Amino acid sequence: MLSSIQNPRLLRLSTLHQIPLRCLQTSTTPVPTPSSPQPTSQILRIRKSLLSRETTAVEIAKTFLSRLRRTEPQLKSFLYVSPEDGVLKQAEEIDRRIQNNEELGPLAGVLAGVKDNICTSDMPSTAGSKILENYTPPYDATAVKKLRENGAIIVGKTNLDEFGMGSTTEASGYQVTANPWDLSRVPGGSSGGSAAAVSAQQCAVSLGTDTGGSVRQPASFCGVVGLKPTYGRVSRYGLVAYASSLDVIGCLGSSVADTGIVLQAVSGHDKFDATSSKQGIPNFASQFIPKDYLDSKPLKGLRVGVIRETLVDGVDPDVISSLQRSVSHLEDLGCTISEVSFPSFSLGLPAYYILASSESSSNLARYDGVRFGNQVFADELSTLYGDSRAEGFGSEVKLRILMGTYALSAGYYDAYYKRAQQVRTLVQKSFRAALEENDVLISPAAPSVAYKIGEKKNDPLAMYAGDIMTVNVNLAGLPALVLPCGFVEEGSSVLPVGLQMIGAAFDEESLLKIGHIFEQTLQGLLELL
Amino acid sequence: MALTFFRGIKTCPLVHYPSAYFARKNGFFYCTMGSTQTQFATQEKQQSGDSKVVPKTYRKSPDKLLKDYEAIIGIETHVQLNTSTKAFCGCPYSYGAQPNTSICPVCMGLPGALPVLNSKVVEYAVKLGLALNCKLSMDSKFDRKQYFYPDLPKGYQISQFDVPIASGGYVDVDLPVEFGGGHRKFGITRVHMEEDAGKLLHTGTGNYSQVDLNRAGVPLLEIVSEPDMRTGIEAAEYAAELQRLVRYLGVSNGNMQEGSLRCDVNISIRPIGQQEFGTKVEIKNLNSFSSVSRAIDFEISRQVQLHSQGQADQIVQETRLWEEGAQKTITMRKKEGLSDYRYFPEPDLPGVTLTEEYLDGIRSSLPELPEIKRRRYENMGLSMQDVLFLANDINVAEFFDATIASAADIKLAANWIMGDIAAYMKNEKLSISEIKLTPLELGELIASIKGGTISGKIGKEILFELMAKGGTVQGLIKEKDLVQIVDRSEIEKMVDKVLADNPEQLKQYRGGKTKLQGYFAGQVMKASKGKANPKLLNQILLEKLNTET
Repeated sequence: MLSSIQNPRLLRLSTLHQIPLRCLQTSTTPVPTPSSPQPTSQILRIRKSLLSRETTAVEIAKTFLSRLRRTEPQLKSFLYVSPEDGVLKQAEEIDRRIQNNEELGPLAGVLAGVKDNICTSDMPSTAGSKILENYTPPYDATAVKKLRENGAIIVGKTNLDEFGMGSTTEASGYQVTANPWDLSRVPGGSSGGSAAAVSAQQCAVSLGTDTGGSVRQPASFCGVVGLKPTYGRVSRYGLVAYASSLDVIGCLGSSVADTGIVLQAVSGHDKFDATSSKQGIPNFASQFIPKDYLDSKPLKGLRVGVIRETLVDGVDPDVISSLQRSVSHLEDLGCTISEVSFPSFSLGLPAYYILASSESSSNLARYDGVRFGNQVFADELSTLYGDSRAEGFGSEVKLRILMGTYALSAGYYDAYYKRAQQVRTLVQKSFRAALEENDVLISPAAPSVAYKIGEKKNDPLAMYAGDIMTVNVNLAGLPALVLPCGFVEEGSSVLPVGLQMIGAAFDEESLLKIGHIFEQTLQGLLELL
Repeated sequence: MALTFFRGIKTCPLVHYPSAYFARKNGFFYCTMGSTQTQFATQEKQQSGDSKVVPKTYRKSPDKLLKDYEAIIGIETHVQLNTSTKAFCGCPYSYGAQPNTSICPVCMGLPGALPVLNSKVVEYAVKLGLALNCKLSMDSKFDRKQYFYPDLPKGYQISQFDVPIASGGYVDVDLPVEFGGGHRKFGITRVHMEEDAGKLLHTGTGNYSQVDLNRAGVPLLEIVSEPDMRTGIEAAEYAAELQRLVRYLGVSNGNMQEGSLRCDVNISIRPIGQQEFGTKVEIKNLNSFSSVSRAIDFEISRQVQLHSQGQADQIVQETRLWEEGAQKTITMRKKEGLSDYRYFPEPDLPGVTLTEEYLDGIRSSLPELPEIKRRRYENMGLSMQDVLFLANDINVAEFFDATIASAADIKLAANWIMGDIAAYMKNEKLSISEIKLTPLELGELIASIKGGTISGKIGKEILFELMAKGGTVQGLIKEKDLVQIVDRSEIEKMVDKVLADNPEQLKQYRGGKTKLQGYFAGQVMKASKGKANPKLLNQILLEKLNTET
């Protein structure tokens, strides 16, 4: 059921500086009614307050850091937090620039979290794995470099399922992150740390990575906005590879605008990534029209396809009803709704797990204990390999390496890898056809809301099945945006539901435009309910 | 970089080169199909083998046995390309540099690093593919070949598996005259691009090994031949032709000692008349063309011996190592079935697409290739010995071509180059591009001798001056006043003076000791500072000696 009280996420955002997180409160204070509940862009808010000299970058940084310190013991969303003096020094530099009327980057003073499988030269980058414990790369990932060039301050490295392999962040080699909406629940994964950190406002925005839904599903579970760009839009240089043909760096924020502004900063061709695209980058911010300037049918003529196979048995009825209400909302905004059928939809899941496992078995071969990371001393080379890997990798990683090695083995290649590639082609074709008939496709971001920590830990297949909504998008390499579209009451908790919008390749622009309008007009829907 | 690069790996149990390899024991030759001990057209020197010791087990001359068998030989060659940077990153590579000084996150296989293809690698592959008369794949791709080894940083090698960039070609080879000569055509199965691995450095104590990744990621072309060769000489000459080709094309220095050109030989034998192939053995560690030839001849004998003694089952599929010191092959590792490299398409690299325009551009930039050069020289009337010498080195061939372009006599030009010039280069350890002599001046020199301006002897002197210091033939002739004396009266004067200065010898000559003519000729030549026309000198001298006054 939808929360009968209010949208707690909106509450949290509007009362950011005054009230601690609902779930982190010890007492159950009644929730006051917010007056202006629309999600606002943290980035634009920070920029506005800096330029108007209303506050300083140092003040903003201190606010975030103190909240981070206060909430981190319960959330555990960070594997590494930058030393405070370093963060403040960067903030001081921004204040100095403002004082001198120097030019400011679009992300000046924005505290960003970076998923720990993205390389940072000044912080450890473990990818959540013990095999890379204390490993600090000698270089910044291109996306991190771009964040810094745009003025962002990297506040720390967020927790994840080891190497991105998981959907709960429970498979981290270090710690389990909690969901800010209910600390007994998972934040989703694998970018669970990045999603939880933004949801709890430990940082303004964060980078995640999405191989099969790892940005979108945690965004859905944590009630934040998650953007998975088109494959090739953002350089993968410095992203610790899980499955190279599927991996994408994505953006998480508390509003659609934030993810668009971050995407703007990190996009673009990179000479260090041969798979990064040379496609032009539109000005994503031009899509963020303020609510007051919108007419009554701002999305008139937009063709929206609802993927039938995502609203079937096995999907939480509350999730389905949230989605149905989103559909009516889109209709109210002027969209033409139609139903799209993907006969190959259910094939995507096994195909994804074969391809991702196969590639990961190869990508993870470099963790052999020879050059970096965990090394176990041994008398023989094969023992050195075996022991270093046995000790360094967690069980989920081992499971996938074994599956992938098997799928690529002589005699099995045709039956598994090759066949999965054929399914992938089929999925790509289906999407292409559907996106000729429709401007965007929609589905839930996940079949359920956030579940309990430990609930699916010993049932990998149930956990894999949770990726059904997202993996096809990775197989097709398309962009997708996930944003909150409703809430479900589960016992004493109110948990967010995410809506997924899938666009044509390199058309993040449309997704951001529609997402922004949807988000800015969402309140009417909630009030109705 | 805060990485423990030289962290020891405790013992590397894999490749253990026997110490004998370095000990250079008294080697023995085992010669079968023609002597491999003399130099062949590749101009390569025999490296060792002081004595001939025929091992006991082979004492019964195998020559007769060999006639009943046929060897099937195929070669896999790795050519290291001399691109200015590595295949997938911007690191340069120079042979012999300090370990781990030319490395970056990409070639070290650090987490998050990605390969980006160096377009020169494709260009060089296409060049060699065209030169080997191959069909080029307009759409090829890279694959990952997966295995664990400490010199392989990523745990996989980026290579090409099922769609190589070039396939189905051939190479023309002229066998050395010393080995009976003859023309051969050997099939090329495929040419593909891949990256090299690093190197392991084994410590003296053997407790641990060190990894040098300078070579990791250096581009290679692997060339696989059809099993078309039958003898060691054929195989060596095939390898030599590949070396010539890569040098002509400028894609590699082709240096075998540095490992820029590495040959792995696959060899099996079968009784003549038998259709099916015998068990294949691979030979590695062949560091020169002569070792290719000698290793094959040894291996043929070994296998024939086993086969003829009814021990064919002892010929097993294995990798054998050529021991230069002992002049024999020894077992390195036995193959237990086929290794499963779990190839799959490299997802980090887009496919390699070629266009007709691109191919045409490269085709038109190719130099005249060795085979075409040889046929052209042959048609000029040069002997096969000369042809093979001149076409062996592209720089020599170009020097020769430029010399004869200035209308110099073809045979004379060849003789000068193969004679005095080659000897000088060898003594001074210089290449033809390093000597100061230009083809134009060599042409001038030849013309000056032919035209009688200078004598052949003076010509030789000038040649050394030109090679060492440069300058022009005309300039040197003038500077040193070396123009030949052809003025009869001038020579007569010198003869008269010599005869007058040596009355005693003159008396002896006229007394019958005519041998003294040479003495007089020498004195006159000396007086002329070597410039007198010898023919004229002798003519005048004889006249005067025999005319008693």
